[in-house]
Amino acid sequence: MGLFVLRRLLLVVPLLIGITFISFVVISLAPGGPLDFLEADNPDLSPEVKRQLTELYGLDKPIVVQYGHWLLRIARLDFGRSFLPDGRPVLAKILERMPVTLAINLIELIIIVSVAVPIGVLSATRQYSVFDKITTIFVFVGFATPDFWLALLLMALFGAQLGWLPISGLRHINAEYLPFWSQQWDLISHLLLPIAVGTFGGLAGFSRYMRQSMLEVVRQDYVQTARAKGLPEEVVIGKHALRNALLPVVTILGLSLPGLIGGSVIIESVFAIPGMGQLMVQSIYARDYPVVMGNLVIVSVLTLFANLFADLAYGLVDPRIRLGRGRRSR
Amino acid sequence: MPRGRREEMVAFWRTFARNRLAIIGGVVVAILVVFAVLAPVLAPWDPNKHDTRLILTPPSSHHWMGTDQLGRDVLSRVLYGSRVSLAVGFVSVGIATLVGMLLGAAAGYHGAWVDAVIMRFVDLMLVFPRFFLLLAVLAFLKPSIWTIMVVIGLTGWMSVARLVRAEFLTLREREFVVWSESVGASAVRVVFRHILPNALAPVLVAMTLGIPAAILMESGLSFLGLGVQPPHATWGNILTDGKDSLEIAWWMTVYPGLAILITVLSYNLLGEGIRDALDPRLRQTRVGRVLRLGR
Repeated sequence: MGLFVLRRLLLVVPLLIGITFISFVVISLAPGGPLDFLEADNPDLSPEVKRQLTELYGLDKPIVVQYGHWLLRIARLDFGRSFLPDGRPVLAKILERMPVTLAINLIELIIIVSVAVPIGVLSATRQYSVFDKITTIFVFVGFATPDFWLALLLMALFGAQLGWLPISGLRHINAEYLPFWSQQWDLISHLLLPIAVGTFGGLAGFSRYMRQSMLEVVRQDYVQTARAKGLPEEVVIGKHALRNALLPVVTILGLSLPGLIGGSVIIESVFAIPGMGQLMVQSIYARDYPVVMGNLVIVSVLTLFANLFADLAYGLVDPRIRLGRGRRSR
Repeated sequence: MPRGRREEMVAFWRTFARNRLAIIGGVVVAILVVFAVLAPVLAPWDPNKHDTRLILTPPSSHHWMGTDQLGRDVLSRVLYGSRVSLAVGFVSVGIATLVGMLLGAAAGYHGAWVDAVIMRFVDLMLVFPRFFLLLAVLAFLKPSIWTIMVVIGLTGWMSVARLVRAEFLTLREREFVVWSESVGASAVRVVFRHILPNALAPVLVAMTLGIPAAILMESGLSFLGLGVQPPHATWGNILTDGKDSLEIAWWMTVYPGLAILITVLSYNLLGEGIRDALDPRLRQTRVGRVLRLGR
């Protein structure tokens, strides 16, 4: 286990450097360099901003030096200042947006796992039953539904038509004057629709994986053995089969995190939630490049660590790795 | 090779034809392609013609899907929008497939350090939340349909690379490959003549399932105003227009959304059908697992 953890941790270092490198390549994509691009867009760019940019990215130096320069700044968590009139540090702007995005994604993840696992197990143990067929339809429709469209439909239904739920922001304007419990309900009611939308697509995927994984496992010899020695079916499925079926799902969980986090962009934009996704879109509209780049780097690093966490969790649940025998095949 | 190509095709078709959902998916996909190609003929009205007398009129016999806030015919705009979706889907998946096959083949055939470098690069690209990366790239480029195609393609090749590499790793050791190498066939010939044709099956599946993913991606970008720009009609930007009048004009939201849903659903059914028919074993293995992660 110790070796496994060490290997995973060492793999993080090149990936961290890689993230900064790809992000750097993205900046260099701008035709004629970022300065020309900015100037074409905004002819009266002030010399002050230009000087700031040149300094931030070391634009007057050769490209390799530029990258090194940028990497060193990022290593010190210096992402520069926003181009907006407030000129605040990029890091501060991103940090204040982070908790909302992380909280929403975490809640979605918890709901997805706790609903998808039972659905997957039930449809696998009753393959071709009515329940299985209904969930299969749900899965295909779930895969095909654009999240922003679902968001619009839910807003129209629960917000405009029924008037049950608020459709934008995180808090009511007068929230601070409400009693404590009403304030909590206010926050929750604002989060219900965004979380429902974020959960929907992921739920479809995970219940499908769970079903497939379970179908594979129940055919294995050790499950037959467990049945043959007279264990009740609940124990066979709930203990022997489920534990093994969950293993590949943990990997899938880690691998699908980028997709889940990427979904924040659309959901936060539609529901006007002040998170990192909305910040990304707003910064692009405002051509606030330091924030765009800082956000890309930070969101990717967060995803990397979430992935690492899922990997370590896998090591923890898989006895072959926990006991240090056998290697996980990729 | 264990079986002739012709027999394989027959076996494939037999299994595929038994899958009713896949056939339906295939037929709908074909119809949608015809709609997109013939949009100029089929569209009842000019998709960009404003008419102040027809602002936000509900669906009627003249305008089956109603009209938008500028009095434009929504049905015609949805039809023209399908051209954008289709073009983006096909071209971006074409780009992704090309890049993925080249890198996957290089990694799988060469092995050793080439494999290590390419696969670490794949891991790296998979760390980025794709939508954030797309947005960051688009922030620095002028949005146009070509930019969108290239950017979606270049952020979506990783699953193809993994699949092709996996196929190459097994095929490389097979007798017919070792044999042709031993009689002095060049590496290029071995790769393109002997290995690649046998590795195409999972790539075909990845392509069929990649198109709907690209379509969803494009409509999302257009919805945010960062994709194909108005007045060009796309499903995404019709929905953006519809958002502002959601409470009074449901037709602007419901129809383009349904168009996306039906399109993506049909491609997915077709893709899964092809996958199951190509090799029933693939259902639960590599392809099945890896393919879904592109989302």
